[in-house]
Amino acid sequence: MHFFHILSTLRRHKTAAALIIIEIALTCGIVSNAVFLISDRLARTDRPSGVVEDELVDVRLTGIGTKSDAAAVTAQDLVALRALPGVKAVSSINMVPFGNSSWNTDGSRLKDDPNGVSVGQYMGQGIIETFGLRLVAGRDFQPGEYVEFAAAQANPSILSSVIITQAYATRLFHDENPLGKQLYLGGKEPQIIVGVIEQLTRPTDGDVAEPGSAGFAMILPIVLPFTGGGHYAVRLDPGQRDHFLATVDATLAKVDPSRIMLEHKTFGAIREGYFKQDRAMAYLLIGVSLALLLITALGVVGLASFWVQQRTRQIGIRRALGATRGNILRYFQLENFILATIGIALGMVLAYGINLWLMSKYAVPRLPAEVLPIGAVLLWVIGQIAVLGPAMRAATIPPAIATRSV
Amino acid sequence: MLAYYLDLARRSLARNVGLTILMILAIAFGVGASMTTMTVLHVLAQDPIPQKSHDLYNVQLEPRRMLGYQAGQEPPDQLTRLDAETLVRAGKAEHQAIMTGGQAAIEPGRTDLPPFFVDGRWTSADFFKMFDAPFVAGTAWSEDDDLHAARVAVIARELADKVFGSIDAIGKTIRVEGTDLRVIGVLDAWRPQPHFWDLNTGSFGKAELVFVPWSTSRELKLGHIGSVDCWAESSDSLALGASCVWVQFWVELHGAERVEAYRAYLEHYSDEQHRVGRYERPVNVKLRDVMEWLQYRKVVPSDVRLQTWIALGFLLVCLINTVGLLLTKFLRRSSEIGVRRALGASKRAIFVQLLVEAGAIGLIGGVLGLGLAWLGLFAVRHQPTSYAELAQLDLPMLAATFGLAMLTSLFAGLLPAWRGCQVTPAIQLKSH
Repeated sequence: MHFFHILSTLRRHKTAAALIIIEIALTCGIVSNAVFLISDRLARTDRPSGVVEDELVDVRLTGIGTKSDAAAVTAQDLVALRALPGVKAVSSINMVPFGNSSWNTDGSRLKDDPNGVSVGQYMGQGIIETFGLRLVAGRDFQPGEYVEFAAAQANPSILSSVIITQAYATRLFHDENPLGKQLYLGGKEPQIIVGVIEQLTRPTDGDVAEPGSAGFAMILPIVLPFTGGGHYAVRLDPGQRDHFLATVDATLAKVDPSRIMLEHKTFGAIREGYFKQDRAMAYLLIGVSLALLLITALGVVGLASFWVQQRTRQIGIRRALGATRGNILRYFQLENFILATIGIALGMVLAYGINLWLMSKYAVPRLPAEVLPIGAVLLWVIGQIAVLGPAMRAATIPPAIATRSV
Repeated sequence: MLAYYLDLARRSLARNVGLTILMILAIAFGVGASMTTMTVLHVLAQDPIPQKSHDLYNVQLEPRRMLGYQAGQEPPDQLTRLDAETLVRAGKAEHQAIMTGGQAAIEPGRTDLPPFFVDGRWTSADFFKMFDAPFVAGTAWSEDDDLHAARVAVIARELADKVFGSIDAIGKTIRVEGTDLRVIGVLDAWRPQPHFWDLNTGSFGKAELVFVPWSTSRELKLGHIGSVDCWAESSDSLALGASCVWVQFWVELHGAERVEAYRAYLEHYSDEQHRVGRYERPVNVKLRDVMEWLQYRKVVPSDVRLQTWIALGFLLVCLINTVGLLLTKFLRRSSEIGVRRALGASKRAIFVQLLVEAGAIGLIGGVLGLGLAWLGLFAVRHQPTSYAELAQLDLPMLAATFGLAMLTSLFAGLLPAWRGCQVTPAIQLKSH
């Protein structure tokens, strides 16, 4: 009804109309990308570890100088830790998911394959039980398969077996059954895959170019002294955690006092630390998006108020000629809707362009099409809310205004 | 005249307080956000050693086997121990330093202070000269100490204070990883950022507190932190002959001629390694000075660049918002402008008057923006990042903030002021 009427009015206010359209387009473009980046970052922080997080504590310690009796001390440590109340399982391991050190190697079905696939290397005894991992095929290591760390370091080929994650198995063997297959890990002899676990993430994000590679991990049957790994993973009853954390230092010091306790962290704290920066970035983007929407809304309010004031006489005449308050209200609402729609259309093109540019420079994934309607609806709603005040003020202009010369 | 325009601007701004506050806040937030992120970018991209950054070069060689070779590949970021030790012994550069990062347990031997861990650097004598390390007491060790794996150490002031209670530590012994070392030098607080000589232990990491001669560190088997990359099986990846890169090697060279001469030497060295069959890939030598090295290793986190772009986008929206609001404001005053024009004010005068008003908004917005940037940097310093404490506003950035605010507001005022001064006096006077 008012459509062409509004267009002709806007044509007379080209500059102001163009500015508000550009503002809406820019906001739409930036906010769409921000919404996407926020969901991307927050999704990252939900990455599953595969381990029983609420039952795990990581105890880190290190020796001074070279220790000749490290293996014996480690065995005593494990006995002492298992004796603490609430402790279900303990392993001396080399790294923990989302921890700050990471052991990786390249694995392949072929010997000396230059295109091996990078995989996280967990070492330790009883990891499956301590981490609470789920075996989906095959078996856990048998006691006779474990090799001392020093021996494995001197000759990696003496390791006979390996357990890998389902994600890594699928990457290497696709639909084939991985059990019993050979896996070369840079050594002269391959290891045989004896088990497949459902899920275990490695400490790092893996290879950016290979989606899902964070889940490429394996476990080697190695008996690790605390000097080799420096992590005791402890699975315990969450109710006993505080008591455990308070007594663990003294317990280990009783075994051998000449060591330095580095830190002990619950798994929740480790996860929190690993994703802190992603969360900070997400909050920053949320803040910027809200500020942008607010600024744009205020811009709409400012412009609409000015137009209402400028057209006071015109509105009065229309009212005198029979237009209802509702007609006037809807006129301004429709006008805002038209401006917003043009802005949103431009904004979507812009959003796509910004995303292409971000993809080329910052390894950001492609903007999914579902995000675009979110940005559009947001701006339509905000535009309508912003214009409501000035439009209602316009609607209250009495017809008598027409008879006055301001 | 300016005083009159300022007075007019004050009256005009006071007439519409809400709108004025909105415009000022828009500029303030835009400028504040941009300056916060740009300051972070500025401090992270800074030159850690401006007086010498063009004379210090990181050395890269290509020692890997042919397997997996692709043309155009960069050589590894670090050297093998064998290559680095050979190059430091050859001494063909003006100064050279072999080094790697490590951690060591310090046993103060005091009942009130249990053993603790510090970051250390295992390096050679020239390190201190090359990187302008500031000594408060004592000196660096000598090349002779390097040769004989002397049991000596240079420690940071912080460590001396902690262990000995003062910086007067020369000649005293400090127990590092179970071995007594004689302290021969104490360094003042010193933390070039980025931590350019070894980016494997974090680009903006903590400073090392203990320095031990390379040869000593190998004899004592002091621990290594950083990255180790191997391409062949070895029982000890830190051994002399291991096919692993984990050692950094820096040289100091003055002038293009010497750089070329050293490059030629490295190429010759690589050729020789080829001949004896140690190297398999084509000769690939890289000499990068400090800033080239930082750029190559991309020390500025991409999140920080992304944040800067977001902030600039935000500023752009704020700017367009202010342009729109100023435009409506000036056009609303068409009748006033018409009267002034009719009374003899030139278009130019009107233009300047409107620009002064826009400038006033920018000035106030800029000052506020400066405050917001200060607050923003305060927030950044409390973020969980390694570079957090570096986020400080320095004088150039302070000036830049102010310039940006003024430029923004004048830019914002330009179009509205131009449109405003186009008002035709006759029409405005007639219609009212």
